[in-house]
Amino acid sequence: MRLSYPADIKIIQVPCTGRVDILHLLNAIEDGADGVYVAGCLEGECHYISGNLKARKKVAYVKKTLTEIGIEPERVEMYNLSSAQGARFAEIAREMVDRIRQLGPSPIKKKNHAA
Amino acid sequence: MIVADRKSLQEILAMVADKKKILIAGCKGCVTVCNVGGLKEVEILASSMKIARKKDGNDIDIDINVLERQCDTEYVAGISDVVGNYEAVISLACGVGPQFLSEMYKDQTFYPGVNTTFFGGATKHGVWEERCAGCGTCAIHNFGGLCPIARCAKSLMNGPCGGSSKGVCEVNKDTECIWDTIVRKKMDSGRLEDLIGIKGIKSWKTARDGGPRKSIREELIQGNI
Amino acid sequence: MSELKSGSNLEKVLKAGHFAFTGECGPPKGANVAHLKEKLSHLVGMVDAVNMTDNQTAVVRMSSWAGSVLMMEQGLEPNFQMVCRDRNRLAMMSDILGAYALGIRNMLCLSGDHQSFGNHPDAKNVHDIDSMQLISMVKKMRDEGKFLNDEDIDVPPRMFIGAAANPFADPYEYRPYRLANKIKAGADFIQTQCIFNMEKFRDFMKKIVDMGLHEKCYILAGVTPMKNAGMANFMSKYVPGMDIPESLIKRLKGVDKKDQSEEGIKFALEQIAEFKEMKGIAGVHLMAIEWEHKVPEIAERAGVLPRPKV
Repeated sequence: MRLSYPADIKIIQVPCTGRVDILHLLNAIEDGADGVYVAGCLEGECHYISGNLKARKKVAYVKKTLTEIGIEPERVEMYNLSSAQGARFAEIAREMVDRIRQLGPSPIKKKNHAA
Repeated sequence: MIVADRKSLQEILAMVADKKKILIAGCKGCVTVCNVGGLKEVEILASSMKIARKKDGNDIDIDINVLERQCDTEYVAGISDVVGNYEAVISLACGVGPQFLSEMYKDQTFYPGVNTTFFGGATKHGVWEERCAGCGTCAIHNFGGLCPIARCAKSLMNGPCGGSSKGVCEVNKDTECIWDTIVRKKMDSGRLEDLIGIKGIKSWKTARDGGPRKSIREELIQGNI
Repeated sequence: MSELKSGSNLEKVLKAGHFAFTGECGPPKGANVAHLKEKLSHLVGMVDAVNMTDNQTAVVRMSSWAGSVLMMEQGLEPNFQMVCRDRNRLAMMSDILGAYALGIRNMLCLSGDHQSFGNHPDAKNVHDIDSMQLISMVKKMRDEGKFLNDEDIDVPPRMFIGAAANPFADPYEYRPYRLANKIKAGADFIQTQCIFNMEKFRDFMKKIVDMGLHEKCYILAGVTPMKNAGMANFMSKYVPGMDIPESLIKRLKGVDKKDQSEEGIKFALEQIAEFKEMKGIAGVHLMAIEWEHKVPEIAERAGVLPRPKV
């Protein structure tokens, strides 16, 4: 659609968000990502039936873990949209980038830079 | 199988707060089946701990190893050449695991990463329920194949008590009153007479009350004891 | 039931065919003898025996046998209670011998509310034996003169054995069979849980009478006068095993707050009047907890005074 979205996003493609594991999200944060979001199909329209529902639960688990650690759970998010919704995709990207900008860099990196 | 719940992240972090290099040991037995201590869970714990420690500017080095079972000296022996490389080891196996490890590796400190709770099974994916209390004298056939020792909050042998309401135990509205189930099963199958008369007093000698237990199978022991 | 089993006042009253009237008193949450004696003073001469509860609702109080002994000093006969939650069989047999030695003659055998209801929810559960087995154990001690392990007891405790029955708990259809089991185990008298749903209770008693259980055991109907609508509401929601019909709560709410206690007493009196005539009922067990000073009035208005001297 040639809509622009922020260049701060690194996209990792998966056949279905059901493939995304809790560990993928945690590893991203561990390796310094300021935020991670999972974009899956609209609920009820998952090609693999319920992959996106499982992804939502995993995102919720990661949010809980981050809260226990003292990191803002908003750094991780689940979104649902269809592959036809180009404009929504760009909108989500901008929304997430804005959110992360407000939260600031990941607290992990902060300490490392300070050291 | 044996069911356990992972200890909170805070509790586990506190155990190794002053350590810089640790091992997390998982187990492919029961804790893998109840999704609390298998490979996946070990990796998730390791990553969570590393994130937490990085945040505090106090990085930690974590290795992982998933043993076939931690309740077998044969498998526990498998980590003998690496176990000394760490300041501490967190075991995600049931309570048996860290003890076997502690007994074999006297110079290492082993921490339990899970709270072992009960013998039970998955009634549906993600939900495990207690079924057995390990009393050592199984008599479930007297109760329609259900165990009141493990599943009645008061271990009644002649239940239900007066607190049973709509099939729910007085202790918790999410807990089934097993006596309600036993009685209804007997009524529905026309076997109410099985519940007439008093069930004899239980001997707790074979349960944990009689002291720590051993099970010896002479025919399997190789050589002398 | 020819010779007296314990010689207790309650047993004699029931055996003589009088309509029994028992009361209840909770021991203090401390060693407050004065307060206990004050509460008990209202019951003197009003009842045939008084239950002395045992860590009721798993809240720690002075022990039942100690409260019972203090009660006897005031000229009342105790119904000593023992729950299965707090003692193993050794402690139970030991306490039964001690209680009997101190002059206690009536004993109520109960399971006990789970400790999670009480003020020490972290405690270990005992439940070495259950209430049914406790009844049979006391009977063995009394009639065979033997401990559980069949050793002889030098002076057997000859207790009048009581048990509780909750006609309203589930499974409802099974309750009469459970009562039959308790009687078979050796219960001499039964006190029911407090009754509010009279219709359901009448239905229950029909079954009991059909099974002939009233002839094998004395059944006392439990009555608790409601102090106000709030109490009815609270009990309905938070006390295990209660069946309080909406009609009663409505009846209490339908009068001014200051008149609700009188309405509650009126209901209790109506119940007692019906129990006097009900087939299979040998008496009433009045549980006016922390309202002991109302017992004389209720006893008077219920027409159960003076209590028979046997």
